[in-house]
Amino acid sequence: MSTESPEAFKKHIRGYILVFVALMILTGMTVWVSSWKVGVPIAVAIALVIACTKGALVATVFMHLKSEKPIIFYCLVLTLILLLSVLLLPVATALLTMTNNAG
Amino acid sequence: MSDHDSHKLSFVQRYIFSQDHKVIGIQYAITALCFMFLGLVLMMLMRWQLAYPGADDPSIPIFGKLLKNALPGGKLTPELYNSLGAMHGTIMVFLGVVPLAVGAFGNYLVPLQVGAGDMAFPKLNMSSYWAFFIGGVVMLSSFLMPGGAANSGWTSYPPMADIAQGGLSAQFSTRLLSGQSFWLIGMVFLISSSLLGSINTIVTIIQLRVKGLTFMRLPFMVWAQLVTAFLLLLAFPPLEAAGLMQLADRLVGSNFFLPAGLVVTGEAVGRVGGGSPLLWQHLFWFLAHPEVYVLILPAMGIVAEIIANNTRKPLRGYKSMVYSILFLGFMSFIVWAHHMFLTDMGTVISAFFQTTTMIISIPSVVVITAMVLSLWGGSIRFTTPMLFALAFLPMFGIGGLTGLPLGLAATDVHLHDTYYVIGHFHYVVAPGTILALFGGIYYWFPKATGRKMSDVLGRIHFWPTLICLNVIFFPMFIQGMAGVSRRLFDGGATYTHAQPVMWTNKVMMMGAWTLALVQIPFIFNFFWSIRHGRKVGPNPWEATTLEWAAPSPPIPHGNFETPPVVYRDAYAYSQPGCAKDYLPQNEPEVG
Amino acid sequence: MSELIPYIDRERPDTGLTNAKLGIWLFIASEIMLFGAFFSSYIFLRVGAPDWKTFAYGLTDPAAIHAPAAHDDHTDHATENASTADTPAKALATPTHISSPLHASIPMATINTIVLITSSITMVMAWASLVLKQLGRFRLYMSATILLGLLFLCIKYTEYSAKLAHGLTPGMSPLMGMYWVMTGLHVVHVIGGLVVNLYLLIPGSRMWKTNPEQFTGRIEVAGLYWHFVDLVWIFLFPTLYLL
Ligand code: HEM
Ligand SMILES: [Cu+2]
Repeated sequence: MSTESPEAFKKHIRGYILVFVALMILTGMTVWVSSWKVGVPIAVAIALVIACTKGALVATVFMHLKSEKPIIFYCLVLTLILLLSVLLLPVATALLTMTNNAG
Repeated sequence: MSDHDSHKLSFVQRYIFSQDHKVIGIQYAITALCFMFLGLVLMMLMRWQLAYPGADDPSIPIFGKLLKNALPGGKLTPELYNSLGAMHGTIMVFLGVVPLAVGAFGNYLVPLQVGAGDMAFPKLNMSSYWAFFIGGVVMLSSFLMPGGAANSGWTSYPPMADIAQGGLSAQFSTRLLSGQSFWLIGMVFLISSSLLGSINTIVTIIQLRVKGLTFMRLPFMVWAQLVTAFLLLLAFPPLEAAGLMQLADRLVGSNFFLPAGLVVTGEAVGRVGGGSPLLWQHLFWFLAHPEVYVLILPAMGIVAEIIANNTRKPLRGYKSMVYSILFLGFMSFIVWAHHMFLTDMGTVISAFFQTTTMIISIPSVVVITAMVLSLWGGSIRFTTPMLFALAFLPMFGIGGLTGLPLGLAATDVHLHDTYYVIGHFHYVVAPGTILALFGGIYYWFPKATGRKMSDVLGRIHFWPTLICLNVIFFPMFIQGMAGVSRRLFDGGATYTHAQPVMWTNKVMMMGAWTLALVQIPFIFNFFWSIRHGRKVGPNPWEATTLEWAAPSPPIPHGNFETPPVVYRDAYAYSQPGCAKDYLPQNEPEVG
Repeated sequence: MSELIPYIDRERPDTGLTNAKLGIWLFIASEIMLFGAFFSSYIFLRVGAPDWKTFAYGLTDPAAIHAPAAHDDHTDHATENASTADTPAKALATPTHISSPLHASIPMATINTIVLITSSITMVMAWASLVLKQLGRFRLYMSATILLGLLFLCIKYTEYSAKLAHGLTPGMSPLMGMYWVMTGLHVVHVIGGLVVNLYLLIPGSRMWKTNPEQFTGRIEVAGLYWHFVDLVWIFLFPTLYLL
């Protein structure tokens, strides 16, 4: 990226500013949505979607993931799979246990 | 002439706060060996207690007198027994085997085997060692705390670990200055050390490979260290999180692992609760199952190098071995709950984890089979390192096979928390990994010092060690299948069902004490050979990998006179149409 | 002797990376697992709690603590609500009509989100200025990043003091426990980032004269870390305050 001409590079900077604006809007949105009276699952889903969008914007643009090298990509994909495993499997044990006991 | 770069460095910079990966590797090795010896001594005390549980039984020889204050009447107290158990496990795993296998062998060998001058981040490397050292000091100082060192097992299961040793006391200082809190603080240091170290290893392997050294030409040891580093990098953080949460439970009164309405010995624990002890188990085993592969993979790497070199043949199935350990590394993250079959996880989840556990044993079998097949038709040289490597194969085999009944929920119901489990993992780690590590020390000693260790003493060390290890650990299977629980202060003396196997406790005690005795030839050999061993050239074993292309010992801060260039696979032994029976990776094709 | 360690200030041709770049991404990977474990704990405890109220406020009836549960089932908490919500599905479906003890902090946390996101853009601009060879603008943006980081900490401090003043301690409930450890660990990360940035702004920037490539690389790496800290907050904010 550092080999590009200053003109081309200035385009990136415009991109950063656009992302910044988007992040601000999404922050506002997530606060606003949280004041709606909806059930917990829907609220969680909306908040998760917004947070993931924001996270993806930061990662792809600010952290340049969209033009990153394959090795880093592989490492992150591995990490995300393992992250899912640590996020979901313990909860799955909790959920399945309790349904067993209730039924 | 060799240290034109280091003559400006003071003694402290050169040997204590060194940034040279070789010095750091040796620092790791010596510290870890000391810790392992300490772990062994703790185990000797416990074994004596189990062999002679009665009040009128003989008191502990030597140590009973030496440590009069800690051992009233020359015997262990139940509290001290628990502390020793917890600290034996912690010291052996986190301060002994991992620092030796990863810190020492990884640090010393990875840069040499990829042909690099040093690790990618030398300062970080130094900090990892010192973080490890501080962690070790914190762990040791916990013996001096009121109430003694941590006593809730190396697994630190809550709720006991949360409230043990004054965890509920009103006094902050009592809660902080306790064995368990120090255990947690020590772990945070050890974990940070491992994280920094693993980043360094991965970057070194990926970035600093010399010209021509493609991934599929890497020595198997480097692959093993790469997978190990990834395991440390991604599995340790959840334990760090869990450790911080347990520390918060103890120090600032949170309730992550304390359920509501907890009653201990008939008394209600006056805490709000709302937490879950199972959460700790999940986070702990999310680390600790990958951790067992951290313990075994470097050993496999060492053994593969020694076998290839001493059979004078290329490793059979190198590629399948590499793919196997990659798969094994990945799978090791999704089998952890096989340590939790007896919690109320529910059958669906048990079925899932029992399936993944059966799947993960396949790659281990592939690796071991490949190494056994490599022996076939080789002209084997029975050097001292080779003896250790050969012994590793069946010992690891026993350890792995005995894991299968544990991995099946139905049989684990009977075996869980019995001596069978202790037998299982010790076969993998002690006669398995530790023998391989000894082999590695004998094998690379000439590289680090320019001298060979004595073969006679090596054999005097090898045979009794192998026998003692089996004498100690085999009876554990028998005891376990008879239903004797682990972690009993009297070794089961008060249980009727344990009576027929109680005699084995005396056998195991004798094995343990003899084991310590037969380490003397090793210790002597190690120090004596540094000065008086037979002088050897850079490549005494006629090996092919790059570390043997460097002088012995390699040049401080730089290793190689000129960076090597790699022309071929790691194990070009006995190539057709070649005068020598080995072709080093860095030697251009002749003729 | 040739250079001891290559690829410090230039990329290795076949991987396209400098050592530091790969290193920081690996570090971030491990940080993802670290914070991931905390999020996992949050979900685990919340799903396992008998209802939202116990999760957020703990047991309000101290007598319940002293009466051991009828069966020794760890999920069966002896609370007044236990009968209405003994399955996680019900606990999830319970609308949050009882507002969270953290709702009072939403305005402050929202401001902090904005502060942190702004500091991310100033950080990326600091790096971009170096790519465009403007050291002066780099100094400006880097200072702004640091000031915003400090502002974040000040607001956090006010929030923490308010929490303590109202007795919202880690021991009050699982939610408050998670709140303190998660935001606490995040604050530690912010402080770490500030120290690094401060170093790079003042003594570290001397490297610009001797090795501008490596210095730009360092800023990029520091930036990656800083954005990650921002990213963690982006997930912490809704999880802790809004849901
Ligand atoms: C090859 C296949 C393996 C299988 C199927 C297996 C399976 C198991 C299972 C199911 C347990 C839990 C037993 C229980 O608590 O009831 C266990 C415990 C254990 N295993 Fe393995 N294992 C294998 C290999 C290894 C290796 C390679 C190591 C280490 C180098 C190892 C180290 C341990 C340790 C340390 C424990 C006990 C932890 C404790 O409870 O304190 N295992 N194994
Ligand atoms: Cu396991």
